[in-house]
This record gives sequence, structure tokens and C-alpha cells, in this order.
Amino acid sequence: MTALCIRGGRVIDPASGLDGLADVRLHDGRVVEVGPALAAAADEVVLDATGCIVAPGFIDLQCHLGDADHDDAETLATLGAAAAAGGFTTLCCLREGDPCVDDAAAVVALRERAAAETRVRVRPLGAVTRGRQGAELAELGAMAEAGAVAFTDGALSVRSARVLRNALSYSVLTGRPVVEQPCDPDLAQGGLAHEGAVATHLGLPGIPAAAEEFAVARALALARATGGRLHLGPLSTAAAVEQVRAARAAGLAVTAAVTAHHLLLDETALASGPEGWPYTTSTKLLPPLRTAADRAALCAGVADGTLVVVSDHWPRRAIEKDCEYVYAAPGASALESVLGVLLELVARGELALDAALRALTVGPAAAFGLEGGRLAPGAPADCVVFDPEPRWQVEPARWRSRGRSTPLAGHWLRGRVRATIAGGEIVYRV
Amino acid sequence: MTQSVVAVPAPVAPRPTAPAWPGRRHVLDLDDFTPAEITHVLDTAASMKEVLARPIKQVPALRGTTVVTLFYEASTRTRVSFELAAKRLGADVVNVTASASSVVKGESLLDTADTLRALGADILVMRHSAAGAPYLVAQRVACRVINAGDGWHAHPTQALLDLYTVRERLGRIAGLRLAIVGDVLHSRVARSAVWGFTKLGARVTLCGPPTLLPTGPLPWPATEVTHDLERALAGADVVMGLRLQRERQQAALLPSEREYVRLYGLTAERLARLCPDALVLHPGPMNEGVEIMPAVAHGPRSAIADQVTNGVAVRMALLYLLGGEGA
Amino acid sequence: MAVDGAAARVVMDAEAIRRALVRLSHEIAERRGGAAPLVLVGLRTRGIPLAARLANQLAALGAAPLAVGRLDPTLYRDDLSRVRPRLDRTAIPVDIAGRRVVLVDDVLYTGRTVRAALDALVDLGRPAVVELAVLVDRGHRELPIRADFVGKNLPTHRQERVTVRLVEVDGRDEVVIERPEGPAVSRRNEEVQ
Repeated sequence: MTALCIRGGRVIDPASGLDGLADVRLHDGRVVEVGPALAAAADEVVLDATGCIVAPGFIDLQCHLGDADHDDAETLATLGAAAAAGGFTTLCCLREGDPCVDDAAAVVALRERAAAETRVRVRPLGAVTRGRQGAELAELGAMAEAGAVAFTDGALSVRSARVLRNALSYSVLTGRPVVEQPCDPDLAQGGLAHEGAVATHLGLPGIPAAAEEFAVARALALARATGGRLHLGPLSTAAAVEQVRAARAAGLAVTAAVTAHHLLLDETALASGPEGWPYTTSTKLLPPLRTAADRAALCAGVADGTLVVVSDHWPRRAIEKDCEYVYAAPGASALESVLGVLLELVARGELALDAALRALTVGPAAAFGLEGGRLAPGAPADCVVFDPEPRWQVEPARWRSRGRSTPLAGHWLRGRVRATIAGGEIVYRV
Repeated sequence: MTQSVVAVPAPVAPRPTAPAWPGRRHVLDLDDFTPAEITHVLDTAASMKEVLARPIKQVPALRGTTVVTLFYEASTRTRVSFELAAKRLGADVVNVTASASSVVKGESLLDTADTLRALGADILVMRHSAAGAPYLVAQRVACRVINAGDGWHAHPTQALLDLYTVRERLGRIAGLRLAIVGDVLHSRVARSAVWGFTKLGARVTLCGPPTLLPTGPLPWPATEVTHDLERALAGADVVMGLRLQRERQQAALLPSEREYVRLYGLTAERLARLCPDALVLHPGPMNEGVEIMPAVAHGPRSAIADQVTNGVAVRMALLYLLGGEGA
Repeated sequence: MAVDGAAARVVMDAEAIRRALVRLSHEIAERRGGAAPLVLVGLRTRGIPLAARLANQLAALGAAPLAVGRLDPTLYRDDLSRVRPRLDRTAIPVDIAGRRVVLVDDVLYTGRTVRAALDALVDLGRPAVVELAVLVDRGHRELPIRADFVGKNLPTHRQERVTVRLVEVDGRDEVVIERPEGPAVSRRNEEVQ
């Protein structure tokens, strides 16, 4: 393939600390050179990035595949298109439903289909337990060899502490992390919203903050005991952030994530959603949106590198959301709003630009031991070019994802992706 | 009993509020009513009560309007109360109960509401076990919606008839102390009552076992939460008892009915000692001998029978106020 | 003399109103017809103090009515699909069955208020006879309704506005007719008071 040179942009590479006007040359799927005013080369495609920021392509550690059984569900193609439009070049994907990805064949099948149907890098997440039933270990070793980058049972946190301990212990031989979504099912039983003032107002059963705190404490204790690599799925409480920060400071190799929604919204979104109505089902998320104080702590966690940002993109079909709050499926379509949220937080002064980009690039790469997330020579040719200035209103009807449910509908966000390059190929261009 | 909890009200984002009557399209909860709107309903109900005292208990004010009651939860008293209210105003009434209808065949709530609207329903009176269900219908279907109870969330018409009853018996709401005793956590009656009474200037104490009280910051002003019954009842002007449901024991929220009665039962002795002049309310149906003793339920300070009568007048007032502008 | 600008003129002052009420009370007393006991029923809003004044006049003549009541015909109006007026109290302290009811109102205009009041009365009982007494009849009937006792006949244009003020409600007694500038005014005397 021909070389590609991205010229005239402000290159920010959190991994190396680079932040300045520079050009980036890509060739044969790798970054070749990064520097100011590179000499022109023959046969090179030039991408003008004047006025834009050039950063490593974003890496998403948690993204849900569409439901294979339905015509109107998200396909790999629409998922890849949504990712590219959002600046993501690597997606770590899980499937919450059937068919479960719990053996090497399923991992290979997913990789091959993704390679054929999308133009971004799709990395499968394998199940921790067979069938995600929480009883027997899945073939973690074989799945890792087949290309699974981490293991998770998804929204079902592994119920048995004994099984979780064994999984953490066994996973050491794979070198891959176990991802646990920290929420104690007993304490959260029946809960639909954060147990607080809004849930009291709306008469919704609550999920206490303690459900997350408790599950995080359990997972950290087991990680300490086994030496397994633990990654905590999206957090929602200040207490959990503090627990993770303390554990990392004490030397434990644990990482944790947060979604963009939880950085911008809190429980008041349930009382007054996108069109001003309460009980708007696009606000139903797992974990739930919590208090303003929790939101502030989550932002602080991203700022100091305790947390990486994931999309937790969950492209629900309209029929799954068009019903009473109690019956609505949780989750939101997120790939095309993550950057917009982070840049809006930067504009408001709640987050530094460097920290925001770090949380989408080198942070996630390090958490899962992935290549990418940096723009130095030799790195994969994955970049995103975006204009940080324009304000725009979220209109899910115009999204490339088939998932149209988002609690951000109508919100004003900031920054537009102008181009996304994956493996040296332009996969999105505006 | 140990220290009770005085909760600091936390701010909750407001919904775009409806303007004062007659611009209101729906009655979903009292949280978005102004004090003036609530007073207007009570004043209108007074005129309706006069109609109910006549030999011919009918006026043609809602002739040509179709009122449909759509009840997903069984209820005799509330449904009959609404049906009578509509008929007294000359409206046509159709009752739809979940067990008898296409709901059982798996038709969604929105499809059912759309069908009823297409059949000519102008006003939908809905009761549903899912909090927020009437909001979904109000947002998507062209009917006016009156919430007759949605899960734990709200029962605005009950709160309005409670307000009417208290105002009729005691002459005012402002400055009164209301004690609500029982399973507050699961009670839509309690939630709506707190909105209604605090908006008209009363102060509310919510009392029950700690596992049956809301935790954390409260969304209401002028409200405190305590598990100390003596403290809640002392000096109360109005005492409202809430029904205790058997399921709470199974869910490990309560050890037994016996213990509840011992610690929280509204007995004649307790009321006589702590608040002898208090008016007694209960939304019904009552578990006599559990949350409330028969002597109290049928005693001289009980306004429970009035609540039922006033319910029809209050519902007539709401139907009248909503039924304008050609639906 | 202009009162509120826009060419208002007083067509009845306090003295004229007093004399009209005296004459009405004589007429009501004289036309006893059937000797059924008399019940005066004032229509909201200003018909109510007028009924009270007529009752006093009748008492002075030795022909005091059996009872004085008040009636709000709002729930029987024919325009409720458009408006939702505030309700006022209806209270008639005696059974009207077999009685002579005289409805009392300040202004008779299209006749729709009286039609609604008649429907309300019918639901309250079956009087022996119903008559109508008004302070002012301004014409422009839209229904076959007529007043039995009229204080003053006042031919008007539709654009004109007739305002009755009474001490009990407005602080003074007068009847004023105004022709406001601009497009035709709505039927004020039929609207929410």
C-alpha cells in the first residue's frame, strides 16, 4: 500500500509526552516517522490536518456485539463504521447473549468475521466461565492462543468468589486480564437506579453504592491472593475509585474503567431525560448513573490515570427500549459520543486534554497489553484526526450504529472526528 | 428508640412544568403541581361534592367525552371511584382490566394505549405496577392521562382526596404536622402525600422500621424520616396508616407481622397518649389488627369513610378540569 | 361621562338601580299566580346580591320569599369544550319541588346562561313555575328565552359592553355601557366572572 502522511496537525501522543505541530508518516501498516515539517515523499497520499489534533487511534476495552438473531440489530459492519466515526481503531468486543464466546473456535470465528466485515481491529473478549454460567472455567488458555485479549462474563459478575479466585489464578498462565463487572447481584437485586434521592422520588428500586464497593473489595482481595491480572469493568462510585487508587498505590496490578456517560451525567438524568420526561429508558445503564459527587470522583480518576475510558457501547434495538422502565434493557449506544463527551469536559475545565486522550490510548493499551495507543515509529498505523472546536448536538438518528438509544440525545458535545486511520488505511473521512 | 434520621433534602432536576390550569394535559404526580393548582382542585372538588349531595347526582359537563380506565393491577375501590366520577359528569366510561384484555396475549402497553385512543378514548385512567408507565403513555399517545397508581411511585388522586379530607375536617393544611406510618419505602400513597402536603405548607414525618424507609437524601422539603414511632406521633395533627403487605416478611425486610404490630401498630392507646386530637387516615384496604386497630379505624377521629366519599368528588374535579379543550 | 375611557356612559346610577329594584319587587309581589311559595335564586355572580336585595324589598312589602338561594350553572354550559371556568357554590336551602322559583340575574343577553340555569334547576327538583327577573335586558337573544321582570330595557350593539357594578361586589352601584375601540368584543356577560 502507499504511504500516507498526515500533515500540519497538532500531534498529541500521551505515551511519549509529545504535544506539538508535527507530521506523521505511515507506511505498510506502521508509523514510520513523526516530526515537524517532514520532507515530502513520492507517491504519498497527504492528509491535511491543519487546525486538527492528531492522536493515536482510540482503543475501546469494552464494546457489545449486536444480537445476531434479529434483522434490525447491530452488525459487525455497522459496529465497525460506528467505531471509525468515533475515532476508535481497536474494539474489544464481548457478546452478552448467545452464542457465547467461550471456546477457541468461537474466538477464531469472531476474529475472522470481523476481519471480513469491518475495517477496524476487533479483539474478542472470551467468557470466564463455560456458557457464562459462573460454574466451570472456560478454556482460557486456548482462547488466549486463539486471540482473546481478556476474559469476562459481562454484566453477570462471577457470582461465586471461589470460581472468581480460580479464574484469576488460572488466567496467570494466559497473561491476560480477567475483567469483572463489580456489582453484587444480591445487593443489587431488582434495582433499576442508584439508591438515592432520585430513586426515592421516582419510586424505583435502588442499587446501593455498597453493591459496587463490596464487589470491588472482593475482587481486589482475590487478585491480591492469586496474583492474577484483574481489570474492573466500568465503575460508578467514588468509593470504588478510591479502592482502586489505593490498591494501585500499594503495588497491585489492577486496572479499571469508566464510561463517558458516567463522566458527564448523574442520577438527575432519570428524573429529567433528553426531552424533559422522567423514566426515559435511554438513561437505564449498568452500572447506574449515580450522584454528582460520584461523577466528580470518576472524573478525578480519569485525570490521575486511575481509570481508563471505555465506551461500553451496547446497541439495543428500539423494541428493547420502547417500554416501561422496569422492562427496558440496560445499555446505550456510545461509540459515536465518547470523544464528544471528553472534549466537552475538557472545554468545561473538568478534565485536561492530555488525561482524556491518555485514557483512550496508552491507558487501555497498557491495561490489556495491546499493541497500539501510541504514535512512535514502529507503532501500528492507527490514528485519529479530530477538530476539537465545533459544538454539535447529539442526534442518534444520524448515527452509523444501529443502536439509537442514548441518554445524551439532544446534548451539546464538542469536537468532530475528521479522519480515522486503521492499519494505514483511511476507514473514516469527513 | 435511638436517634432518628433528619434528612437534608437533595435537589432533584425538575421536569418542564406544566402551566397552571387549564393548560395541564395530564395528572401523573403531584410533584409538578403548584400550590395554586392543588388548591384549585380542592375548591373544584367542593362544588362537585355538592352535586353528589343532590337527588340527581349528575351534571352534563363531560357529555361526549370518553373515559377509559386501564387497570393492570386489581383494584375495586379506585376503579369504581373513577367510574362513578366520570358517569356523574355525563361521560362515557369503559373499563379495561389486564386479565380480560389483549394484554395477556402479550400486547405491549403502548400498543394497547394506541388502540384505545383509536377507539375514541379521550382520557385514560391508568393503574400499572411499573413506575413510570403512565409517563410512557402520556408521552407517546394523544390521550390525557390520569395516573391511578404506578408501582411504588405515585398516586396523585389519593393524595388530593387526602388533602381535601383534612382541609374539610381541620380547615387548613398549612402548619399542620402529618405523620405517615408504615411501609413508606414501597408506598406510592406516601410519596404523593408528601408532595401534596408539603406544597400546601404542612410538615411531614415518615415513620416505619428502618428497612421500610427510604435511605439517603430525600427529594422532598419539610420532611423527616424516623423509625421512632413515639417521636413521629407526638403532637401530630394527622396520622396516616399504610397497609403492610405480607411479602415484606418473605423478602427479609421484616421479621414478622407480630413484631410490626407490637412496634408500629396504630393502637388507640398510642394515639390517645401521643396525639389524642389527630385525624386518622388510611388509603385502604386496611389490615385491621395489623397496621391499624379497629378501634382507631372506626373511632371518632377517623376520617377514613370521608376519604372514600371525597375520592369521587376529587376525581370528578380532575376529570372536569382535564376534559376541556376538546381532548 | 366617560368612566374607563373608550366612550363609556352610565345608563343607570345608584338611584336608578334602587328604583328599578323597588319596581321589580312590586311586580314580583303582585304577580302571585297560584300562590305557590316563592324562592328567589340568584345566578352567579351578581345575580346573588341582587336576589338578596329583592328579598329585602319583598319583606318590606310583607311578601318575603320562602328562601333565597344561589346557583352556578357552569356545569350545564354549552361551551365547556372550549373553557373550564372556576366553579362557584350552588346552595338552595329548600326543596324547590312545587315552588315558584324566580331566577335573578344582572344582565340578560344571549339567554345561554339562563338556559343552563334552567337545566340545573330541573336536576334539582320540579318547581311549579320558573320565572326570570333581570336588572338589564340588552337584547340579542340566541335562544327562545324571555324575562318576566325587567329593570331596564337597554337596546345595544353587539360590539358594546354592558357592565353592571354592585356595591357588594364592586364597591359601587352603576350600569355602564362601553363601546371599546378595535374589533368586536366577545360576549363578556356570558364569560367567566
